[in-house]
Amino acid sequence: MADFVSPFWDLYVKVLIALSFAFCIWIIAANSKISGRVGELQPHSWDENLQEWNNPLPRWWVYLFWATLIFAILYLMIYPGFGAFKGFAGWSSVGQWEREMQQAEAKYGPLFAKYRNMDVKAVAADKDAMAMGGRLFQTYCMQCHGADARGAKGFPNLTDNDWLGGDGSPEYIRSVIQAGRMGVMTPFPHLGQEGAKDVAHFVRALAGLQHDAARAQRGRAIFAENCVACHGPDGKGMTAVGAPNLTDNIWLYGSSEQQIVQNVLNGIQNRMPAFGEFLGADKVHILTAYVWNLSRGGSSR
Amino acid sequence: MEVQTTYNYKVVRQFAIMAVIWAIVGMAVGVLIAAQLVWPQLNFSELGEWFHFGRLRPLHTNAVIFAFGGCALFATSYYVVQRTCHTPLFAPGLATFTFWGWQAIIVLAAITLPLGITSGKEYAELEWPIDILIAAVWVAYAIVFFGTIAKRKVSHIYVANWFYGAFIIAVAILHIVNSGAMPVSFWKSYSFYAGAQDAMVQWWYGHNAVGFFLTAGFLGMMYYFVPKQAGRPVYSYRLSVVHFWALIFTYMWAGPHHLHYTALPDWTQSLGMLFSLILLAPSWGGMINGIMTLSGVWYKLRDDPILKFLIVSLSFYGMSTFEGPMMSVKTVNALSHYTDWTVGHVHSGALGWVAMVSIGSLYYLIPRMYGKTEMWSKDLVTLHFWIATIGIVLYIASMWISGVMQGLMWRATNADGTLTYAFIESVKASYPFWIIRVLGGLLFVVGMVIMLYNVIKTIAGAQPAEERVLPAPAAAH
Repeated sequence: MADFVSPFWDLYVKVLIALSFAFCIWIIAANSKISGRVGELQPHSWDENLQEWNNPLPRWWVYLFWATLIFAILYLMIYPGFGAFKGFAGWSSVGQWEREMQQAEAKYGPLFAKYRNMDVKAVAADKDAMAMGGRLFQTYCMQCHGADARGAKGFPNLTDNDWLGGDGSPEYIRSVIQAGRMGVMTPFPHLGQEGAKDVAHFVRALAGLQHDAARAQRGRAIFAENCVACHGPDGKGMTAVGAPNLTDNIWLYGSSEQQIVQNVLNGIQNRMPAFGEFLGADKVHILTAYVWNLSRGGSSR
Repeated sequence: MEVQTTYNYKVVRQFAIMAVIWAIVGMAVGVLIAAQLVWPQLNFSELGEWFHFGRLRPLHTNAVIFAFGGCALFATSYYVVQRTCHTPLFAPGLATFTFWGWQAIIVLAAITLPLGITSGKEYAELEWPIDILIAAVWVAYAIVFFGTIAKRKVSHIYVANWFYGAFIIAVAILHIVNSGAMPVSFWKSYSFYAGAQDAMVQWWYGHNAVGFFLTAGFLGMMYYFVPKQAGRPVYSYRLSVVHFWALIFTYMWAGPHHLHYTALPDWTQSLGMLFSLILLAPSWGGMINGIMTLSGVWYKLRDDPILKFLIVSLSFYGMSTFEGPMMSVKTVNALSHYTDWTVGHVHSGALGWVAMVSIGSLYYLIPRMYGKTEMWSKDLVTLHFWIATIGIVLYIASMWISGVMQGLMWRATNADGTLTYAFIESVKASYPFWIIRVLGGLLFVVGMVIMLYNVIKTIAGAQPAEERVLPAPAAAH
């Protein structure tokens, strides 16, 4: 469908453009010759001494004006611009994008495709593939996971071989890159500020961090009632539902009392976007190997 | 009824003084946000979000464009229209209202923007109650201005008034159409338009704010103060006719060049680019007419700092109106868009053209508001000129370099098609140029502080001028 909802608007735009060019051409053509004598003053004056010379338009300026008008008319014949008329070159921005994508695919596709049938572990051992993986990571992943892949608040560290939703196998890593991941924790607002504080101290106790013993004691009961379904009775988490181990001192959002209270009361809504469709299987394959390698002590970049 | 026989200088004086003060405020905020990009701790996050870059940047743009630029335009247009129509201002009560109304708008902007109250439209951030006040002040302005034109004592309308008039009418239309919104509360509204149409309306407004507020209005200023200060007739009446009509007509089309390679339809983008190119000659018409007005008296540039300001402003005008059409070419825009180059381009227009022509005109105007013909110190005007010029050159040159560098870094790819540089690497590489920009901006503010000192010395102890309206000249033969 064209950009116009009805033929009227196409005509409306065409008429406006034609009138605009006609106006510009008329004003320059009608004023190229001047009446009266050159070098004389116009017969008006204002405010004691304001006057105007009767000088003609500078020739080079007139030619400049004509040049831009002629260029514009030629351009409108070649490219889209004159209403719904597409232009003789058949150019469109979508067409240009598709052409560039095809060219890029033809040029770069084979570079990635050659690892397609290699095992992930073999790809991870290939120096060239890992260099490419590093460049892909620096283009698509570093915005969240950081240039060194060590993550940031809310964005997991990929180098510590600790996994929220799986076992860290190449298959798991591939599935996350391809389809993305949701990191959801239910909010528990009914616990109230005090209840959430108690449970936060219990969780800090689980991780061996400094805590208020009385609060932790009260928190134990709250934990048993509300949290064990996902985090397990021992607080060691459950990868099947993406619930983290609370005893290992790896904290995605931070371990402060305030932060834990906030997570308990408000819950968490986090997600990693899916890259499968955007990057294609070949690039995902190399990135899978790269991230798997990172998690096993391989260097980033 | 007694016939008023003196010009209404009070409102001119008020606006002229406030122009100098708002210039310092607006530009100082500009220096602060430029410094925030280099030293993020200047966002003062520990105090709250009110001083963050995102809150202060619209404050800077509103303060320099509408507070400083606006006051300079009000002051000079009220001065010029009275003197070239040989009659006092029409509806002086409304003129007083425009002064206090405009100052109220500026103060409201300075309060609401740091609080985060914004409609989110660039250069039109103020929320709907303030928008309504702006519309009211603007209608009053139009009544005063065109009322004065209507009761003029000369048959011909002087060229400066064409430009001021076009600026007043166009800004009214732009403001009212673009600010159209549905209020949901006293401080929140949603635009009437959606999606690509909203973007198009916004940049139709945005570019014509440049075209009419920052160009046509200041060309009006130029057409009075350049011939006055040079003591020479305007170079070509014919050229002023042609470039006036071509300029005000063509500008209306140029907005889409802000939206190249976006969801805007291809045909709209093409038209925006083409009419931007066509704008080159009409824009240069104003520069030629201003600079050539000096023919025969070029020597005056040597020791007249006001003429230096005015002529250098026209040179920057010519440069940025060449740069603008070039940047609107899609292939150039593919490199320049979203980079510091755009920021540099805007400031070569804003500092080089708008501020310099205003400063020159105010140096002419302010002593005359107090019965004098010269500023207290001519040497300080000269000093101001050189400091400001060096400041602009540092600002623009640093932005050109960092802009082109950013554009090239963003498009650089490795042999496998991945990006050579992460975005943050281009940020890191920009730091030295951002420091130079802070320095350039700081110099410009220092120049304005020198101006304020000179203004205070000029008006200290002086009586406000009362000047009898000059009789209309008999038509020359």
